[in-house]
Amino acid sequence: MTDTSAHPPQIDADGPTPSRLRLSGSWTLDYAGQIGTALGGAPGGIDAIDATGVERLDSVGVLQLLRFARRADLDFDVFTFHESHQALVSAIEDVADDRPRRKREYGVSAALERLGRAVHNNWREAMALVGFLGETQLKLLRMFKEPGRFRPTATVHHMEQVGLDAVPLVALLCFLVGAVVAFLGANILRDFGAQIFVVELVSISFLREFGVLLTAIVLAGRTASAFTAQIGAMVSREEVDAIRTLGMDPIDLLVIPRMLALLVMLPMLTFIAMIFGLLGGLTVGAYSLDIPPQQYLARMHETMELRHFLVGLAKAPVFALLISLIGCLEGLQVEGTAQSVGERTTSSVVQSISMVIILDAFFAIWFMEMGV
Amino acid sequence: MTAATSSVKPVAKPATKPGNASNSMHPLCPSRESGRPIVSVRGLCNRFGEQVVHEDLDLDVRPGEIIGIVGGSGTGKSVLMRAILGLREPQAGEIEVLGLNALTDDAAQRRAIERNTGVLFQDGALFSSLTVGENVQVPLKEYHGDLPDSLRYELALLKVKLAGLPADALNKLPSQLSGGMRKRAGLARALALDPPLLFLDEPTAGLDPIGAAAFDKLIRTLQQALGLTVFLITHDLDTLYAICDRVAVIADRKVVVCAPIQEVEKFDHPWVQEYFHGPRARAARTTRDASS
Repeated sequence: MTDTSAHPPQIDADGPTPSRLRLSGSWTLDYAGQIGTALGGAPGGIDAIDATGVERLDSVGVLQLLRFARRADLDFDVFTFHESHQALVSAIEDVADDRPRRKREYGVSAALERLGRAVHNNWREAMALVGFLGETQLKLLRMFKEPGRFRPTATVHHMEQVGLDAVPLVALLCFLVGAVVAFLGANILRDFGAQIFVVELVSISFLREFGVLLTAIVLAGRTASAFTAQIGAMVSREEVDAIRTLGMDPIDLLVIPRMLALLVMLPMLTFIAMIFGLLGGLTVGAYSLDIPPQQYLARMHETMELRHFLVGLAKAPVFALLISLIGCLEGLQVEGTAQSVGERTTSSVVQSISMVIILDAFFAIWFMEMGV
Repeated sequence: MTAATSSVKPVAKPATKPGNASNSMHPLCPSRESGRPIVSVRGLCNRFGEQVVHEDLDLDVRPGEIIGIVGGSGTGKSVLMRAILGLREPQAGEIEVLGLNALTDDAAQRRAIERNTGVLFQDGALFSSLTVGENVQVPLKEYHGDLPDSLRYELALLKVKLAGLPADALNKLPSQLSGGMRKRAGLARALALDPPLLFLDEPTAGLDPIGAAAFDKLIRTLQQALGLTVFLITHDLDTLYAICDRVAVIADRKVVVCAPIQEVEKFDHPWVQEYFHGPRARAARTTRDASS
């Protein structure tokens, strides 16, 4: 947006008195680069600068001249401006010359400090999660005494979003993983002539581990993030504060419906995941391993025990509790900014996925030691 | 902040240079003598479905003035501003900003208008994930990416301080500022590119009376120092009396009157009469009379 009548900034020495400079042209933002060059090439030993010939001047021009004066150790009195520019110049000159402190410290001690803070924060988050678990359980118990606090509509709404809408995704993923497990397993088992053991491989792995684990991971990514973002946006718009001042409890209103929805839906989804994982194995068996479905099902019927299914399903409510609590807690900890919502959402997904896997490992060891 | 406080001595030598700088207006602004408006709205119609907000609305903003836009809630003050800024396409009408057609699809023209207008939205509309300093630097980076970092930083610092914030505010996030400070930070960002034309949407709403008066004074000072033209939407009678050169009243879907406030007060229209002669208006007038 430079119109054609503007001239670039220019510095000329005043003929008879070389210590006097004359400025002309446009000293504006559009010419910021040229202003820098022109001032960089200005001769030394100046005692007067005549800026009355400047056609256009804006805050960038004045700022550059101020910086030039500071660099060349000139008093700003040496400048003479056209009277129409004086209001601008004096407004900028009057601004106090203080500067902000540095934003971030560097060095070993600062790094140690950050490490310490990070450890401390992690500890505090762990405590907060345990505290939140307790608070939610208490309020859930209170709900039995005062059933009016229960929000059936919200709960059913979340059940649909969390459970029903996730069915296609969970089913597809488990079907594919089941197929892959069967395929890779069969490749190795074939060498031992024990291809039929693919049935046990797929069934045990899906009933005990993969069904619930895959479902929990999908929901941790899909649902924990949604919970955090929903609640976080409400916190940042002060809606949660409004809920409190209206005499309602955000835990009753926001957390418990989500938690109950997940508690109901995650086991159901786990069941669907198991079925589709087994179907994946069955399909691969039928199409590429020469195990007809009748034989596959008969073998499954012979070898499978109910306990495998129960071990898998028993883990589902625990994961549901974990995912919903982390998702909601992170949401409630959002502070104001859009950035904070983003950070908390990331953190809730990372936390819930890693907690699901860690807990699953503990469960595996525990069930093995218990002999189930 | 008048010229008298400056340490700069004007020289006796008469100005020997072309027109624009001869008044203290912004360079890109049409000069006052030319009689050309800086913003011109003709026959504007805005409808939302069945609801007609503006019908055949005309408005001229003269260069170098502070024009106050008033009207009851829902009369389309913000809609008018959004139409002028090109944020909303009106159903009919012509809008010219700085001599350019504001309703054009031509990207270069649109960009020229955007480059030369500063906007302060109601709550500042600062980017919440950036610090105040980074917020002010956003337009500078977008339009003048070649500026050296140090200059850009200094410029942001200058604008923040011109808007009346302490230097420390530069590194704060918008959420760490009070409502009044957020408005000042929004103003600093609006001024980042030294635009000739400034739009303010209810700048004093939500401020305490002292803060509001200080903000009014700040707008007046900056308008004089930077040669701005200010389009100011407000409900604040004090602002109207304190700093507006002219007041445009929107009622019955158009601008019913646009004149200096003394004339608007006397205008015969039920809404205008109620607005300017209610108890709050009397108080504002008394303050003005006492201070002048």
